[in-house]
Amino acid sequence: MWAFIHKLGSPKWFYAISARLSPWFWAAAVLLILAGGAWGLAFAPADYQQGNSFRIIYVHVPAAFLAQSVFVAMAAAGFVFMVWKIKLADMAAAVMAPLGAGMTFVALFSGAVWGVPTWGTWWQWDARLTSMLILLFLYVGVIALRGAFASRDSAARAASVLAMVGVINIPIIKYSVEWWYTLHQPATFSVTSRPAMPMEMWLPLLIMVLGFYCFFIAVTLMRTRSEILRRESSKRWVRELIGEGR
Amino acid sequence: MARAEPRRNAADMAPIGEPDGGIMVAVRATLRRDLVLLLRGRGEVLNPLVFFALVITLFPIGISPDPELLATIAPGLLWVAALLAALLSLDGLFRGDYEDGSLEQLLLAPQPLPALALAKVAVHWLLTGLPLALMAPVLGIMLSLPAGSYLVLALSLALGSASLSLIGAIGAALTVGLSRGGVLLSLLVLPLYIPVLIFGAGAVQAAIQGAGVSAHLAILGALLAVALIFAPWAIAASLRISING
Repeated sequence: MWAFIHKLGSPKWFYAISARLSPWFWAAAVLLILAGGAWGLAFAPADYQQGNSFRIIYVHVPAAFLAQSVFVAMAAAGFVFMVWKIKLADMAAAVMAPLGAGMTFVALFSGAVWGVPTWGTWWQWDARLTSMLILLFLYVGVIALRGAFASRDSAARAASVLAMVGVINIPIIKYSVEWWYTLHQPATFSVTSRPAMPMEMWLPLLIMVLGFYCFFIAVTLMRTRSEILRRESSKRWVRELIGEGR
Repeated sequence: MARAEPRRNAADMAPIGEPDGGIMVAVRATLRRDLVLLLRGRGEVLNPLVFFALVITLFPIGISPDPELLATIAPGLLWVAALLAALLSLDGLFRGDYEDGSLEQLLLAPQPLPALALAKVAVHWLLTGLPLALMAPVLGIMLSLPAGSYLVLALSLALGSASLSLIGAIGAALTVGLSRGGVLLSLLVLPLYIPVLIFGAGAVQAAIQGAGVSAHLAILGALLAVALIFAPWAIAASLRISING
């Protein structure tokens, strides 16, 4: 077990194993997103209240799921890096941050677009929208902090600490914002009162969520591989590899 | 205990203070030093208070001098302005010590760094958070905050600003080694301040509406307890990163 983890922490070994894994994740991501997208956008029945506009859920919800999961994954990678000094974990954390921020933005943007037909406004200080916005700020903070340090090692450790502090705070922020929202709840329509989703709407959503997760893993593998090449560019195995490619 | 031996000898040669300082000795020394330093340079203590008063002055000018309108937004305004004032003072929390090298001495001290960091944060709260809390009711009068909520305002600010100091110190410790850390510090810290703001301003709102405030204050206390448990370690780790980097 420990030998395996030790091996996994070696960039060279990871580079080899991820080369074999990533095509599978790419294939799964493309298949699932295409299938879920086609099913959800074309074949699932329209919502009786919202009509076709509800179909944005097939982008919005997976993005929102991913936005939160990526932060947790980033903090976990930061924890691994801080405790066991595995550089690979930091490389993964570094490449995850922009992806997570992007997903948070997609969730916010699709939420705003969805808000126009349903709420009649682009923005509503809804509990979930607000906590998503705060999550975006947390991502931006982590990315900015990493960029502010001249030394890569300090940057890595600072970003890890901030990601861990953030991940402790995310549930606190989430619940306090929800509490704040119920206190000030405006007398408008709320999405949560929507009736439970029927199976033919829910299944494509599940497929889309799985597809987005596969996409996230595939992108993280790919970007970690290029990060390995960049950071280990002076190592002999990287030179040999690049020499082969020429 | 093998380590105590040479120390006692050194203390014999130079009989200054305690021969081998425990945590409490070091914490007390840090508290005293920071208090003296801050009280001698009064600007650092007074500037956040002046900033607080100034920002509160801007709102009636920018929005409207109508007392009724001001009264409805006063709890939020007072809390946001106090939060920003506390935030502004954070940049100096470790900056001076970093520049003159005494922060490195703090890191080298045999006593645990989280305890010393906690002492520094305590001084920061004592000279920033507490004065802001005491001053807020005066500004509340100027914003025609309804009577009966002044005590709650001061209490919630006193409790909440302790959490603000603790959380903010993490950001201050992370950015102290950077030459232009000011804006970055706000970017890191403000999202983490939101729960405190929600319950702090909520307590004042509840007091105005005549609802019970103990729940809000209890949650503020709970946030403070969580911050007290985690923040000193995060501050210590961040200080080590900033010094070694």
